[in-house]
Amino acid sequence: MDIKEALFKYTLRLGDNSLILGHRLSEWCGHGPILEQDIALINVALDLIGQSRSYLAYAGEIEGKGRDEDAMAYLRVERDFYNVLLAEQPNGDFGRTIARQFFFDVFHFLLLEKLTSSTDEQIAAIAVKSLKEVTYHLRYSSEWIIRLGDGTEESHRRIQESIDELWMYTGEMFEMDEVDETLIGVGIATDLSALKPLWEEKVSEVLKEATLNQPESGWMQSGGRKGIHSEHLGFLLSELQYLQRTVPNAKW
Amino acid sequence: MSEVKSSDWPLWEVFIRSKSGLHHKHVGSLHAADSDMAIENARDVYTRRSEGISIWVVESKHISASNSSESASLFEPADDKVYRHPTFYDIPKEVGHM
Repeated sequence: MDIKEALFKYTLRLGDNSLILGHRLSEWCGHGPILEQDIALINVALDLIGQSRSYLAYAGEIEGKGRDEDAMAYLRVERDFYNVLLAEQPNGDFGRTIARQFFFDVFHFLLLEKLTSSTDEQIAAIAVKSLKEVTYHLRYSSEWIIRLGDGTEESHRRIQESIDELWMYTGEMFEMDEVDETLIGVGIATDLSALKPLWEEKVSEVLKEATLNQPESGWMQSGGRKGIHSEHLGFLLSELQYLQRTVPNAKW
Repeated sequence: MSEVKSSDWPLWEVFIRSKSGLHHKHVGSLHAADSDMAIENARDVYTRRSEGISIWVVESKHISASNSSESASLFEPADDKVYRHPTFYDIPKEVGHM
């Protein structure tokens, strides 16, 4: 695999994680449990969608076939999306959304920290900007894990269920293939296996403070990074892409 | 939305400093479970458009307010004392803006 092809796919993976998770969070708009939290979730959504714009525009440049960020977001089919399965999982209740966010934020933070020194200037620049946003995301989701875990009997039970059920989607974040290996060789990508112990350490620290049990590392779901998705992504894309599919090139 | 009553969380008043050297100014209020959450909520609700560089929050119940029914005795006596405004002096240019 040549570097250009690997970089294209790597950038799409980064962009798709942010786009799909950002879109999921945007579904909370107007439905948050309280006005302040509604706005908080949407701020995170906007940060992520902003990041995805940078990545997807860059992916279009690398590809060199004239596709812009909109073409990438609105006109690719499900199999051409490379986000991790965790990002596309449905919102569920507020706690489920927070658990998904927390697992991703810890990973995202550690990843961006490394990518700020990527030898690819564009990736490094996006990482520098995003890291500030994601530092806050991680603070927000960690605090909510602790509040819910160490809260009432009901909040504890429900957040524990969400942690347990989403756990099997956490392994995929650290998977690597030819794309990663090609780019690690030239200093563009980072070795995800080195991030895993750090991720586990942070997750376990927060879960402990939240009086929650950390699930046993068992069998992990996998596929999103290769374009093989859960049944949820199709529904998400049909909403995300509806307008451009129905009225191509619509602008406002 | 109906399950959580906003009355479950106390009300907080939010003060934002817009830039260095200026004082914190009251911008509004919000609900939060504690002061940490109040600051985060204030960050999300009141500084999304770069309005601030510093946030104060105080639980609304800790604010003592003057009584509007006493406004006549509290404030009207000042109305006919315009000489308290320093408008009767010529301010030398060197002093600049006061």
